[in-house]
Amino acid sequence: MALPIKDELEIIKENENIEIELLLNAIFMKFGYDFRNYGKAHIKRRILHRKMVSGMNSISEMTHKMLYDPLFYQEILQDLSITVTEMFRDPSFYLSLRSEIAPLLKTYPFLKIWHAGCATGEEVYSMAILLKEEGLLKRTQIYATDFNQLALQKARAGIYPIDRIKEFTQNYQKSGGKSSFSDYYNARYDSVILNESLRENVVFADHNLVTDSVFGEMNMIICRNVMIYFDKELQNKVIKLFHDSLVPGGFLCLGSKESLRFAESSPRFESTFDKEKIYRKKFTV
Amino acid sequence: MHNYKAIVIGVSAGGLHALGQILPKLPADFPLPVIIVQHISPQSDNFMIRHFNSISKLAVKEADEKEEIVPGTIYFAPPNYHLIVENDFTFSLSVDERVNFSRPSIDVLFETAAEAYAETLIGIILTGANNDGSRGLKRIKDFGGFTIVQNPATSEVSAMPEAAIKIAKVDKILDLDKIADFLMRLT
Repeated sequence: MALPIKDELEIIKENENIEIELLLNAIFMKFGYDFRNYGKAHIKRRILHRKMVSGMNSISEMTHKMLYDPLFYQEILQDLSITVTEMFRDPSFYLSLRSEIAPLLKTYPFLKIWHAGCATGEEVYSMAILLKEEGLLKRTQIYATDFNQLALQKARAGIYPIDRIKEFTQNYQKSGGKSSFSDYYNARYDSVILNESLRENVVFADHNLVTDSVFGEMNMIICRNVMIYFDKELQNKVIKLFHDSLVPGGFLCLGSKESLRFAESSPRFESTFDKEKIYRKKFTV
Repeated sequence: MHNYKAIVIGVSAGGLHALGQILPKLPADFPLPVIIVQHISPQSDNFMIRHFNSISKLAVKEADEKEEIVPGTIYFAPPNYHLIVENDFTFSLSVDERVNFSRPSIDVLFETAAEAYAETLIGIILTGANNDGSRGLKRIKDFGGFTIVQNPATSEVSAMPEAAIKIAKVDKILDLDKIADFLMRLT
C-alpha cells in the first residue's frame, strides 16, 4: 500500500535535514568554513535552490560533487554567503552616525574601524564618504573583512553597476550627505568606479567571524545584517569577540533588525543609540 | 478534528483594506498565531503595525529575529526583510535576494512555515497584483495544511488569488467578508 503523501514528505524532510548536516560537516572538514551554526531554514533554502539550479538528484550528490569539483564548491560557498547590500543602506543609521557618533569620534587623534562581513564593500565606501565629509578619513584606518574572496575582490575594485546609482544617491541624500554624490565616482559604460582616494585608508582582508579571533583595539565595529544568519549560540560568541576587539567606549553598529537582546555580553554595552542599533562598550566592566 | 497551530497570510496590493476585514474580527482569545507578509515599500515606517494594533483585539507586532512564535499574536514581516519560520517555531530574518521581485516574499514565509508546521498550518492568499505566494501555498497543501484563497471576484486586485488557485489545490475559495468567521470555525 502506498504511503499517504504527507508521510512521504516527512521522510524526505528528515532525510534532507540529515543530508544537509553531512554537507555542512564536509565543508567544515575539507575547507574550514563553518556553517553549522547558521539558521537551519535559511541554509536549507539556499542548498535546495542550488540543488534545483544544478539539476542534482539529492543533497548527497551535491556533497560528493563539491568534494571533487572546486568550481562547484565555489558555487555553494557563494550561495551560503549573502552579499546583498547597498550604499548608505538604512540612511537614518548613517544620519545618526553623523550627528551623534562623529562628534565623539572627533575627540580621538587616530581611529580604527572594523567592517566585519563587508561583502562587496558598498557600506565600507559609504563609511569612507561620511568620514571624509566629517574631516575624519585621514586619521582613520578601516579594516574591511569577509570570508568570501570573490566578494572581497569586488569590494577592493569598488566598481558597481550604474543602474544602482539612483538608489545609492537617494540613500546618500537622506543620510545627511554634504556634497553631491556624483563627486565620488566616475561613470564608464554601464559601471561606476568609486574614487580611489576613498580606499586609501582601507585594508581589505580575509577574516572569518566564525572561526577566526580578535581584531584588536577598534574604536568602532560595523557588522550589519551578518549575525541574523547565526543561531543564538554563534551570535553570543561573535558579540563577545566584538566586545574583546573594542576599546572601552568603542561603538558596535548592528543591522536595523538586529539587537543585543539575547546576547550574554549585552550588560557590557550601553544602548544609548539603540533606535539605530548603535551600542557602546562600557568604560568599566 | 484538526489541531491547527498557525495561520500564514500573504497579501499585496489592496492589503490594508483586506486585512482590515479580517484581523479586527478575530477575538481576544483567538488560539493561533497569525503571521503575515504584506508587500510593502522597503522604506515604509511601522504604520501598518500601529494601524492594526489600534483596531485589533490581538497584539500586533513586527516579527523580530529569533523571536518565539506565540499564540494569539499577529506578526508582520519587516519591510525589506524575508521572514522565515524555523523548525523550532522561531523567526529568522534574511536580506537575501528578492523572490518574485519581493522582499519580504510570501513564498519564503509559506515554504518555511509549511516545513515547520506541516499539517497544522492554515495558509491564506488575499488580494494582490503578482504571483508571489502560489508556490508557497502549494507547498502548504503538499504538507497536508489547509489552504484558503480570497475569491478573485471580491479581491481588489485578482491576479494573486487567481495565480494561487491555478497552481495550488485550494481547499476553500472565500469572499473576503467570510474569511474571519471561517477561521474561527476552523480553530
